[in-house]
Amino acid sequence: MEMWYTEEQTKNVRFSLRCDKQKYSVQSDFQRIEIFSTPEFGDVLVLDDRVMLTQKDEFIYHEMIAHVPMATNPNIKNVLVIGAGDGGTVRELTRYKTVENIDMVEIDRMVVDACKEFLPTVSSRLSDPRVHIFIDDGLRFVRNVENQYDLIIVDSTDPIGPGEGLFTTEFYGNCYKALNEEGILVNQHESPFYQTYSKAMKQAHRKIVEFFPVCKVYQAHIPTYPSGHWLFGFASKKYHPVNDLDEGKWNRLGIDTQYYNTRLHKGCFALPTYVTKQLMEGE
Amino acid sequence: MKLSQERAPVYEALCRYRENRIVSFDVPGHKQGKGNPELTDFLGKACMSVDVNSMKPLDNLCHPVSVIKEAEELMADAFGAAHAFFMINGTSGAVQAMIMSVCKRGDKIIMPRNVHRSSINALIVCGAVPVYVNPGVNKQLGIPLGMSVESVQKAIKENPDAKAVIVNNPTYYGVCSNLREIVKIAHQAGMKVLVDEAHGTHFYFGDYMPLSAMSVGADMAAVSMHKTGGSLTQSSALLLGESISEGYVRQIINLTQTTSASYLLMSSLDISRKNLALNGRRIFENVTSLAGYGIKEINKIDGLYAFSRELINGDDIFDFDPTKISVHTREIGLAGIEVYDILRDKYDIQIEFGDIGNILAIVSVGDRILNIERLISALSEIKRRYAKDPAGMLNHEYIEPVVVCSPQEAFYSEKVQLPLRETLGKVCAEFVMCYPPGIPILAPGELITNDALEYIIYAKEKGCNLTGAEDIHTEKINVMVKASH
Repeated sequence: MEMWYTEEQTKNVRFSLRCDKQKYSVQSDFQRIEIFSTPEFGDVLVLDDRVMLTQKDEFIYHEMIAHVPMATNPNIKNVLVIGAGDGGTVRELTRYKTVENIDMVEIDRMVVDACKEFLPTVSSRLSDPRVHIFIDDGLRFVRNVENQYDLIIVDSTDPIGPGEGLFTTEFYGNCYKALNEEGILVNQHESPFYQTYSKAMKQAHRKIVEFFPVCKVYQAHIPTYPSGHWLFGFASKKYHPVNDLDEGKWNRLGIDTQYYNTRLHKGCFALPTYVTKQLMEGE
Repeated sequence: MKLSQERAPVYEALCRYRENRIVSFDVPGHKQGKGNPELTDFLGKACMSVDVNSMKPLDNLCHPVSVIKEAEELMADAFGAAHAFFMINGTSGAVQAMIMSVCKRGDKIIMPRNVHRSSINALIVCGAVPVYVNPGVNKQLGIPLGMSVESVQKAIKENPDAKAVIVNNPTYYGVCSNLREIVKIAHQAGMKVLVDEAHGTHFYFGDYMPLSAMSVGADMAAVSMHKTGGSLTQSSALLLGESISEGYVRQIINLTQTTSASYLLMSSLDISRKNLALNGRRIFENVTSLAGYGIKEINKIDGLYAFSRELINGDDIFDFDPTKISVHTREIGLAGIEVYDILRDKYDIQIEFGDIGNILAIVSVGDRILNIERLISALSEIKRRYAKDPAGMLNHEYIEPVVVCSPQEAFYSEKVQLPLRETLGKVCAEFVMCYPPGIPILAPGELITNDALEYIIYAKEKGCNLTGAEDIHTEKINVMVKASH
């Protein structure tokens, strides 16, 4: 029997992976959680019919969401990660000895539990003593925090379903409030290519620009995400992600990465013209 | 034999109709949607295929004998009423049917002045004369409350010939009067009690809710199923107690009701009633806990006051609806309507209404905790980003009316349209109100006072949607030519 996982990336576009078997499938209070093993991409985490990560390409996403802000300000000590129940973002952050505290706020306990059990290479560092896991709505968590974090990383699902609140004006405003005066906000910023995603991308950018003096967007290519072309938002109260980058300082840390490097760091903020145009519509 | 609440006779009949694939040479002309592809694409085939006309297997709302009759019996049973009518012209239609069933031209009817416009509309149509009872007013919040038993007693004594008493259960803000006592004293005086329960559907199903009209022996109640019960907009129910003739009320309803009642609305009433009867207790327990959480968290935001059951005083706040999130905003220097606008324009959150000093968010069957979090977070951000000095803000929502003549007399009198500021001291010949909430600032037959004018001008300035006047921009008001004070 042939078994394929097919994702409807848009109403008119489908993306399929051959599967060996389904390892896990459960409906939580918030979403459907599934894990498949596939010959090409290894184990794949799917939430509500969307690929969240695969073993083969997750390094791209997690390295880019974590190392770009960390290299921009290597003094970051106190980090809040919202979403990210799989643990991949936290894994990258724990590679910095200078990071003292990582608060991770995930709404769905079952995602954390499933990833701990079935995706150990991704979730391995959730047990690091600097990591504190809060099972809570990210929006609710940041509402009660003021002037506290050096960095907030929003590693969320798409803005439909439980991740919806993490794409709102009230959320970005509360993040601004929760960051200290050197604070940086990095968020999963959807994709410019297909219309449903680009709409969310433009809206997110429009909302973030309202709060932060520095608002940039950077890109990475992630084969299993719709169109393969994915964006991250970099918003900050003080630091410019390229002008304030000290390449030598980061390279001396000796962190071994597979995708990220400081040359790419400078390059990833150079966006295609159509993307820049879309972002300017919001500003 | 009594049907079980598991049944939904109108819904079941529509399913049978759809399965039978009837060829229709009757109205509506879209013929199950085939004649209007764009609309069918928009609303869906399933919806269009049951947008049908009354016919033998589907009964007729004007004179129900089969499935609608059964569905109305189930509705009555679910609400503890002697009879129930499916209403497809909103709760406004139900309120008017109540009033017109007990009053005719010249009859007096006792009501709080903070009724919805639909009550006074009914007076214009039927010619009954209102005896207003001033509701209590909370000075801090500036909002009108319920009626005290004492003030109703006084109105009954002074007007022993009045035919009925109207009670809001609850008011828009969630305030309940002592309904049981009001029913008792009204019945002792031979008057009927009509209850506007536009915001009270859940009182019949949830635990720890304020008392419902039928449970304390009121004669009629208008229940807005669509507001908190989950049915489609415009669908509602009229409930009768034992003392009222079902046949006569049907005649009154049929004076103004369409003869082409929508089966979409009726099936939504049928299915919602079933859901409330079977699951209402659990649903409203959840709704109450969501609202309670929202209230608790909003009250942690300095300057905002989400008021609720702590206000209960045994009199004009006899009880308070625990499913409402009513928030006083004046202390952060923003009018309710300004917060309402910011929530929609900046935060994509639509709430029920904002007036001068308050906003109201309705929590119901369809809400989830994540959405409540959004509301709380947005309010906390609005406080942080938009708060101003509250000095100089208007602080009252209720203006005591001075009634000069009946609404009908004033509405049909010879009138002249004058610019707002030139109407002081004249008698108003139309409504002026903010919508929502739709409680008149001025009703036909009332003296235009300085307080009323000041309120209207302030409300306009703050961005309230003023309605009711013939002049759509409410720059001018119709006043009576002859009567002046």
